Amino acid sequence: MSREFILERIKSRQKVDGDDSDRRRAVEKRIAEHAPGILPAVPGTRVKRLKQFIDKAEAAQASVSRVSEQSMGKALVEWLRDHNLPAEVRMSPDKRLDGLRKQAEKKLTIKPAPGDGSDIVGVSHAECGIVETGTLALTSGPDNPTTLNFLPENHVVVLREKDVVDHYEDIWPRLRKRFGERKMPRTLNLVTGPSRSADIEQTLILGAHGPVRLHILLVRD
Amino acid sequence: MQITSPGFKRNATRALGDEQLQKALGHVRSNFIDKRAAAAAALPEFEALRDNAKAIKDHVLENLDIYLETFEERVTAQGGNVHWAATASEARGHILDICRKAGARSVTKGKSMITEEIGLNSFLEKSDITPIETDLGEYIIQLRGEHPSHIIAPAVHLNMDQVRDDFKKAHTHLDANRAMDEPEILLKEARGVLRDRFLNADVGITGANFLVAETGSSIIVTNEGNGDLTQSLPKVHIVVASIEKIVPTLEDMSQIMRVLARSATGQEMSVYTTLSSGPRRPEDPDGPEQYHVVLLDNGRSEMIGTEFQDMLRCIRCGACMNHCPVYHAVGGHAYGWVYPGPMGSVLTPKFIGVDKAGHLPNASTFCGRCEEVCPMRIPLPKMMRHWREQEFEKHLSPPAQRRNLKLWAWVAKRPTLYRLATRIAARGMSVLGGRRHRLGWLPVASAWTKHRDMPTPEGGTFMAQWKGKR
Repeated sequence: MSREFILERIKSRQKVDGDDSDRRRAVEKRIAEHAPGILPAVPGTRVKRLKQFIDKAEAAQASVSRVSEQSMGKALVEWLRDHNLPAEVRMSPDKRLDGLRKQAEKKLTIKPAPGDGSDIVGVSHAECGIVETGTLALTSGPDNPTTLNFLPENHVVVLREKDVVDHYEDIWPRLRKRFGERKMPRTLNLVTGPSRSADIEQTLILGAHGPVRLHILLVRD
Repeated sequence: MQITSPGFKRNATRALGDEQLQKALGHVRSNFIDKRAAAAAALPEFEALRDNAKAIKDHVLENLDIYLETFEERVTAQGGNVHWAATASEARGHILDICRKAGARSVTKGKSMITEEIGLNSFLEKSDITPIETDLGEYIIQLRGEHPSHIIAPAVHLNMDQVRDDFKKAHTHLDANRAMDEPEILLKEARGVLRDRFLNADVGITGANFLVAETGSSIIVTNEGNGDLTQSLPKVHIVVASIEKIVPTLEDMSQIMRVLARSATGQEMSVYTTLSSGPRRPEDPDGPEQYHVVLLDNGRSEMIGTEFQDMLRCIRCGACMNHCPVYHAVGGHAYGWVYPGPMGSVLTPKFIGVDKAGHLPNASTFCGRCEEVCPMRIPLPKMMRHWREQEFEKHLSPPAQRRNLKLWAWVAKRPTLYRLATRIAARGMSVLGGRRHRLGWLPVASAWTKHRDMPTPEGGTFMAQWKGKR
């Protein structure tokens, strides 16, 4: 069996003795403790951290609108209009989008996700935003199908200010709390800006296989 | 793929005379270096993160057997399957089995160097399964019947007009007179063609940037989103990953992630970092029904405990080749196998034998830039030196070179004689160089002087100057 062959060869090369209980304990301990390492500094105040999140997201060619709970629908409709997009979106069933659904349903056709690959606009809800790099974290599941993050040409993501965290290391405890230790959703997408490629003469072009545009509706607490 | 590493000298000569290639390689020189430098400078913690990234991988390699078992246990607990492969052929066998069981005819692929290493595409084709590369660069070179010339920018050796011609030839269902003079248009065309392939594929194959032992997750890092469509649309997702991709925890992965994109493209973060854990859950509306991880060894475990162990820290960012003057001059194909640049010069002799790949560790100026920028602090020049030693010990280097080295070593061990000899040589060269201060021909080094002049030594030898200054 190759499994045993590979493991045995590793062990013989590591020059460790047959009793590996100490090493096993060390591995178990490291995994159980999952200690964070070096965390890059972020600004001292909440206001500045939110600003950094927006700046970083925009530097990665995403766009951000700051909206209130009541103005989400209006912001979405306006954004679609400003970009000459049809008044039709594919929206995740996430309950946190109910408000938006209600506010926008008179002006937009809202179809339930996931789509079939032909949609122009998709709307999802993010789990977290990360200040460090302007990154969004989206978890797969019935609430937010993962394919909606990639198939439509335009991706609108709703993110709550309270879910904006400093580092990637702040995502993991949240997931452990929600899914359990050592468990994960099938897919976790960390998304920083819209899709791009530089494969032709190293010229950066937006909109490779994923969305051409990524718009974040950042909802005030 | 056909190995042409033994013909490195011929490959390099051809590459130097190839105008198209030289034009394309200009993009490597101008693009990657400044971007990486800016990204590193913008993160005050960058150097400390490099140290930590190195420490994490060193810890993993010391306990790799246990981490692999832990990873396997987590994948299985989530309904996935782990397939162990000691060799490339065994890995291909596992993949074919999975494809056959799924009744697969077409397979989409995310960018993966490991599937290049095992020669997966040609193997699948022979088995009547169509592999479709979906990364734009990989798609282009697949159309051309080529292999990647760079581990993260596979089509970096090409110019736009070549891509345009390839698309014209391949996409015959489109209007022959369509406008094709902008990279944006070409990208859109590829997006359109590949979208159908994504939706119709039976199996999606990706590599992995990391495997997390804590959660049994595989991670891919991309910019295009093709890897995500590859792994989320078909019924079956196969991850092909080598054993050293393991990291202990999500926190450890986050540390290495911070140095990966910055070192590779100079981005702070790649657009898509995706963690996949097992198959879709019963309540999930999308995602693959099967999740397989093929764990490939292919000789890597033999490197543990040897002078090449440090190479197993490599995260395939490409920084070493982006900063290598030899890569800049000859491009990736000249190296003659899957992995080019400094990391290739260390890995290739391991995989195909130092007898075939001996030229690669010799084709280095030892300028040390690769080691300087390597996020995992891999001592690449030192390891190339190890290969040179092995080549010498196995009597693989040319007789003339061995003779001259032996002669040099004999003289070098006798300081008085050495000083006298260098004094005479320096003086003699200086006289012969005359007012040009250059020599067009040297005994013993005529192969070198064939292409360039040797500047003649000016003033005394180092030892003479040293004495004078004290």
